[in-house]
Amino acid sequence: MNARLVAALRLSWDSDVAYSFRHSPYAIVAAIVFVLFVGSAVFAPWVAPHNPFDLSQLDLSNSLKPPMWLPGGDPSFPLGTDDQGRDILSTILFGARISLAVGIASVLFSMVLGVALGLIAGYVGGSIDAFIMRVADVQLSFPAILIALLVDGLARALLPRSHESLAFYVLVLSIGVSGWVQYARTVRGTTLVEKNKEYVQAARLFGIHPLAIMARHVLPNVLGPVLVIATIHIATAIITEATLSFLGVGVPPTQPSLGTLIRIGNDFLFSGEWWVTLFPGIALVVMVLAINLLGDWLRDALNPRLRT
Amino acid sequence: MNRPLLEVRHLRIEFPTRRGVLVAVDEVSFTIGPGEVLGVVGESGAGKSLTGAAIIGLLEPPGRIAAGEILLDGERIDRLPHEAMRRIRGRRIGAIFQDPLASLDPLFSIGQQLVETIRTHLPLSEGEARKRAVDLLQEVGIPAAARRTGHYPHQFSGGMRQRVVIALALAANPQLIIADEPTTALDVSIQAQIITLLKRLCRDHGTAVMLVTHDMGVIAETADRVAVMYAGRIVETGPVADVINAPKHPYTVGLMGSIPSIVADRDRLVQIDGSMPRLNAIPPGCPFHPRCPRVFDRCLHERPDLMDAGSSRAACWLYDKVPA
Amino acid sequence: MTAFILRRVLQAIVVMLVVALVAFSLFQYVGDPVQLMLGQFATPEDRVRLTHELGLDQPFYVQFFHFVVNAIHGQFGVSLRIGKPVSVLLAQRIPATLELSICAALLALAVGIPAGVYAGLRPNSWLARTLLSLSLLGVSLPTFLIGILLILVFAVILGWLPAFGRGEVVHLGWWSTGLLSKTGLMSLILPTITLGLFQLTLIMRLVRSEMLEVLRTDYIKFARARGLRDRAINFGHALKNTLVPVITITGLQLGSIIAFSIITEQVFQWPGMGLLFIQAVSYVDIPVMAAYLCLIALVFVTINLIVDLLYYVVDPRLRADRPGGSGH
Repeated sequence: MNARLVAALRLSWDSDVAYSFRHSPYAIVAAIVFVLFVGSAVFAPWVAPHNPFDLSQLDLSNSLKPPMWLPGGDPSFPLGTDDQGRDILSTILFGARISLAVGIASVLFSMVLGVALGLIAGYVGGSIDAFIMRVADVQLSFPAILIALLVDGLARALLPRSHESLAFYVLVLSIGVSGWVQYARTVRGTTLVEKNKEYVQAARLFGIHPLAIMARHVLPNVLGPVLVIATIHIATAIITEATLSFLGVGVPPTQPSLGTLIRIGNDFLFSGEWWVTLFPGIALVVMVLAINLLGDWLRDALNPRLRT
Repeated sequence: MNRPLLEVRHLRIEFPTRRGVLVAVDEVSFTIGPGEVLGVVGESGAGKSLTGAAIIGLLEPPGRIAAGEILLDGERIDRLPHEAMRRIRGRRIGAIFQDPLASLDPLFSIGQQLVETIRTHLPLSEGEARKRAVDLLQEVGIPAAARRTGHYPHQFSGGMRQRVVIALALAANPQLIIADEPTTALDVSIQAQIITLLKRLCRDHGTAVMLVTHDMGVIAETADRVAVMYAGRIVETGPVADVINAPKHPYTVGLMGSIPSIVADRDRLVQIDGSMPRLNAIPPGCPFHPRCPRVFDRCLHERPDLMDAGSSRAACWLYDKVPA
Repeated sequence: MTAFILRRVLQAIVVMLVVALVAFSLFQYVGDPVQLMLGQFATPEDRVRLTHELGLDQPFYVQFFHFVVNAIHGQFGVSLRIGKPVSVLLAQRIPATLELSICAALLALAVGIPAGVYAGLRPNSWLARTLLSLSLLGVSLPTFLIGILLILVFAVILGWLPAFGRGEVVHLGWWSTGLLSKTGLMSLILPTITLGLFQLTLIMRLVRSEMLEVLRTDYIKFARARGLRDRAINFGHALKNTLVPVITITGLQLGSIIAFSIITEQVFQWPGMGLLFIQAVSYVDIPVMAAYLCLIALVFVTINLIVDLLYYVVDPRLRADRPGGSGH
């Protein structure tokens, strides 16, 4: 390893954020759990004991087997099976993959939309600013889940036939649209401060479009807050996706996310096959909790006022 | 002099942090007599405000008094239980903070705030307290005081608000007022009015004042004695006229030299090079030595305590009677 | 005062009109209502006649005007799925949703505010730390999962409480209530906890952080310096100042309880408006969707208005008239 890299590593190891990380057991555990989830989601096709979507592997005689430690359990299905004989552990791994994909994609969508609108609102000002922020106010007074439901309902009505294949994108759009406001507010605030600084005026003289130079200077300044918002937002987005899927308006059952699995399992709750719904539920909560813990820690670590 | 009203002995204030303990105030000792005005000057971060906060028992955690003692009327108050200390605050020691805009609760009328302070400390009925509130407002120069008791802080200007704050500090007739930068946040034109008011009121009521400020002009006008603080220590103390006209410690010399009104008859303003050390990097020996124009070998290794220097006392080896 | 209220009412009306426009556009541009109502075997004459009867041949703004007038009278047409007037369907469902939402809101406020105040005043006590950790778990638990877990434990395993439905309801005029029968009350317990828990944790976290924020302010420090009693500082000055932001966000949260009841109603098959709406979304039952949208918007706008007025009562800085602000 070359010396400069070592020095850089040493510096980041000694930085306040890293210090606070090393001294926060919750954050460490949360990070490990999160990395495990992301890893097993990305590599689901390789790490999962079965491929639950390969119909040739399914055998109805394996249906509704309890977890392996209960009487009647089968060690090749550690967490039991559902009514179609699919291995619960494998469906969870594949489901987490879809939940994470929707969550991260919709957060990226929100972030790009919100940052862009915030920059424009803050920089252009006037009636455009007033309009954007008014829309933000109104939207913020409605819960995200309702807006997502509405966008989803609209998309269903407008695209009745192709809905199945577009479900993923519709979901990302509806969750993404419901979450841009916080980014826009944060970025707008910083933009308003930076706007009147001299370098922005100077940029004009050099013929650089001020919006370009603003983006270059504003974005690094809002990186911290935006990162915190985004982290916690991923957790919210995953919950929203799970909720929509649970309500039956999310991803189609052929590509089940954790929410879909819980919805499917819910039907077996009363007949005693609790594992079909409980394990995906636990997986969802553990994943969201890990992300929330990371977000909480990040917020405290990046906020010097709260640091002692 | 009789027994001092307030006596601070060897006060040391520490902040434990994850990179070690910071000593913000160290070996600070001074007294204030009844009715006396002590000015405490120094740059921001010198430990003036912390000393004030320690006296009224409102040091914010993790800050703590690590050593020394504070006596009011000969009685130790630095380790009193919470409730006993609360009874002293406002009743025997009042306080005035820097920012009058932020010192008043925006959701309560000034009448309510005065009455609750008065009734907390004095056995008065609601009506008597209300009357006292109006009297106090009149005394601090608020026009149409009776009518304005129902008004909220945002309905007053900055100067008027600081008058209200002074009225609140005097509400229970304390023996001592700790005024922490009482004029810094105000317009220059109003600063003089507030200082004059504070001076008059304290003289009338026989109240002693610990006036914390970085403004030497205010001290010159108001204080009887002055203590100069640097990097958490007192470097010079003495009667105000002596310290201003014949400063002993090189830091005080520099401080006086940087004030236009005081050096009007001199040729030019003097500037002290460098800046005060950070708390985690206070140099050994005399903390001022890296900036001192008269530094010599001993300053680098040995820390000077306050020693007699003419009519004042200074923490500087230049005044050591017994050379090492 | 009047000017302030008028301005807020005007804003509320604008928001309602925008929502009405969205709902109207749903009607107008999504699907073909004539086709939907006549089915596949209609003659072109039928089409023309119905188009005229429905007013669909009139200009856009006339149609929108009629839509708004009808909406004000509660008329949103006929459900495509059930074939009954939407107004009748909603009227049947409103009591169930409102009873559930109000119980959940009361639970959230009654537990959330005291817990938040406590955690703000004693941030380092073990109880506050425990509450905070639990609240993070609460925020991470999706509402529907709370419902499922409660059903699993209290209905399936223990068999103490019913798992779905409203139980026995008593009809008081057009209002049906579950509060007057034993099974009705039993049925209310699990849905109330499910719906209220998330809001409870949010309110607790909010009150705590606002309380910590206020306790850092200069006027609280000055109140301490004045020697006021802890009780007067904490519950007089700090709590009152905390209330200003708490009222706003709590108000908005209460609105979202009604929206979140969609999920709870689905889990417990609670016969409220949310269940009606989610079925409408699945079947693209536009009139029901539009009506629900307008109704929810009305609830939100009303809550916002009340919040603004409360704000005005609590915070003297908002009272625009300044009698004798002559101290300047």
